[in-house]
Amino acid sequence: MSVIRRRLRTVAVAALAAGVALGSTACSKSNDNDGSTGEGGEVKLVLQTFQNFGYDQALKDFEAANPKIKVEHQKMGELRDFQPKLVQWLAAGSGAGDVVGLEEGVLLQYVQNHDKFANLLDLGASELKTTFPEWKWNNALTPDGKKLIGLGTDVGGLAMCYRKDLFKAAGLPTDREEVSKRITTWPDYIALGKEFKASGKAKAAWLDSATSLMQPYIMQNSETFFFDKDNKFIGDTNPVIKQTWDMGLQMAADGLTAKAQRWSGDWDAAFKNNAFATLPCPAWMTEGVIKPRSGPANAGKWDIAKIPGGGGNWGGSYLAVPQQTKHPKEAYLLAKYLTSKAGHLAAFKEAGAMPSDIEGIEDPAFKDQKSEYFSGAPTGLIFGESVKNMKPVFLGAKHQQVWETILEPQMQAAERGQLSSAAAWKKAMDEAKKATS
Amino acid sequence: MSSAVGAAPPRHAASPSPSDPVHRRRSYRLGRWDIKYSPYLYVAPFFVLFGIFGLFPVLYTVWVSLFEYDLLSDSKVFVGLENYRVVLDDAQFWNAAYNTIGMFVVSTVPQLLVALMIANLLNRQMRARTVLRMGIVIPNITSVAAVGIIFALIFADRYGLVNWVLGTVGIDPIAWRDNRYASWFAVATMVDWRWTGYNALIYLGAMQAIPKDLYESASLDGASTWRQFWKITVPLIRPTIIFTIIISTIGGLQLFTEPLMYGYGLIRGGASNEFQTLAMYIYERTFTGNFEYGTGAAMSWLLFLMIIVFALINFALVRRSVKGEQK
Repeated sequence: MSVIRRRLRTVAVAALAAGVALGSTACSKSNDNDGSTGEGGEVKLVLQTFQNFGYDQALKDFEAANPKIKVEHQKMGELRDFQPKLVQWLAAGSGAGDVVGLEEGVLLQYVQNHDKFANLLDLGASELKTTFPEWKWNNALTPDGKKLIGLGTDVGGLAMCYRKDLFKAAGLPTDREEVSKRITTWPDYIALGKEFKASGKAKAAWLDSATSLMQPYIMQNSETFFFDKDNKFIGDTNPVIKQTWDMGLQMAADGLTAKAQRWSGDWDAAFKNNAFATLPCPAWMTEGVIKPRSGPANAGKWDIAKIPGGGGNWGGSYLAVPQQTKHPKEAYLLAKYLTSKAGHLAAFKEAGAMPSDIEGIEDPAFKDQKSEYFSGAPTGLIFGESVKNMKPVFLGAKHQQVWETILEPQMQAAERGQLSSAAAWKKAMDEAKKATS
Repeated sequence: MSSAVGAAPPRHAASPSPSDPVHRRRSYRLGRWDIKYSPYLYVAPFFVLFGIFGLFPVLYTVWVSLFEYDLLSDSKVFVGLENYRVVLDDAQFWNAAYNTIGMFVVSTVPQLLVALMIANLLNRQMRARTVLRMGIVIPNITSVAAVGIIFALIFADRYGLVNWVLGTVGIDPIAWRDNRYASWFAVATMVDWRWTGYNALIYLGAMQAIPKDLYESASLDGASTWRQFWKITVPLIRPTIIFTIIISTIGGLQLFTEPLMYGYGLIRGGASNEFQTLAMYIYERTFTGNFEYGTGAAMSWLLFLMIIVFALINFALVRRSVKGEQK
């Protein structure tokens, strides 16, 4: 659902790997939706999502309200497993669901090649424009503004998760208000990290990895990431990227990071071993990533403060209707319902996915939400505030590829000392240019 | 087709109806057809299925490899052999080939040698023989993905079992993923864990077909067990050894899941592609990033050719080095 959450490895990778190892090509289990207008004019829709969209309850409600529509929800594992399949199904002209989940990191790829998707504006989506933040809406719109391929599901929001017990051991404030005040800017945050380390009382690093800084800092300080609005690669000239790279690796050099490779088994173990004290966290990361990895033994030891540098966003998804569907009208109804206030709030309740629906964010069901695991932190309030004044960041069609397969691994190599910072940077930029030319 | 099948009496000819010449002629014709065509019918299911699921994809891959085929936008431009030129010019392709062959050698050579030893031990009289013989194939029936996850944790850089053990005896932790050869070793361990027992079982089957009196007379002549093994056992199971080597070559050069899982599911196989195999690189080019279907198809074909060449080389090498006495 978000840039990162989709990359939880293990099970989904297992499925992928086993599938490929067996030599199976695109599986055809989703073909049973072909024009199946069952008994009594009943329409069967297939919804394909990745990760956990939290739609179990929402779908029940939808079916209850629309007795003539049955929905089969196919959870396709991680986005990295789903994405290649979806591309094949779209190219083959069959196999894709009637409604499919798209993540913002890959959305623009589809906006560029939008002929495989139905135009939601033709299906009546114009009426929904005002229910979404402008940027969320515009992201799924073709440059000429005439075709909309997706409706927004969640947004990331941003906060700083921290370990109260480790803060206490190092003699730092533990109250979330006070911590927020001590880390209003990123230099403050680094300075507090140095204080944490200097105390010598906590046997933990300040941050999990130098790469954790990249997404939040760049999202806050630049309107573009690796690509300009013409989808030209600017990763090498966008000053903010190099700046964050240097800042992160300097923290690593100062011994403030645990040098854990994110999304690896070691990283998972680092949570359990209390190896670091802070972690910038979008909404979906709190209940979905930190809680299961830290385990029940660490319940109540985490808390959530405001992110340094003001608000920001990290991740978020869309629902789209492929052109190949036999039931575009019903598919649109489903997408519309799931991205309405009711659908958003149900997903928030189930999976912690923060609503992108304007009314949803203001609803008490979201606003007053507190997280028990995170010491009762008012998550609704903190994350809601973080996206209030956010500026949209243009990601580009190949954002996810450049980040996940090129920049992050090279930065990690530099952090571990396998390559010098300069060599890793050059390698990353060369590879990115090659991949995006 | 003057095979043994033709020598058997046709079934229909046996049905007696001498009084009716027309009937007799017909049944004679049916019998002829039976002899002539039914063998083809019997083997047809395999060839039909192979044609659909084996031959067609292979030929279609050739076709696709001649196009610049972007799966995402579905655009297809004929470029001839350009894809092959691009691939042969690509340093990452050769890096992947180097890794694949390296891991193949590091895993297969010890694997087959150990399998041979194990089979030899299991070929003796001992207690609980069947249990032990069955036991060695158990690793083979475990899921490769599960094996990958577990071994990735065992060889984890920071909290891994191996580095912890090394630490207790005062050895610095090994960078299992940043060091190319360390990563090869770890992946080879995974492969061997799964396949050694399987090969041992095949060897064992072949060894049981060797007549016992050969060993008896060798013992009488004063040959040591070790000598018997190399002079009798190994030469006599040579066809089996060649079989396992060819199968291992095919499997080893297509290595995919183990290194993928080892790198926590990242298709690039290490920050500098230390353990990215050809199969992984094909997947990376075809199904991620630019969705270069044509390039992936070209690489698949090169891998196919590489496997054939390697299988032939191994075949020739083994045939020469393990010469049987039965000339």
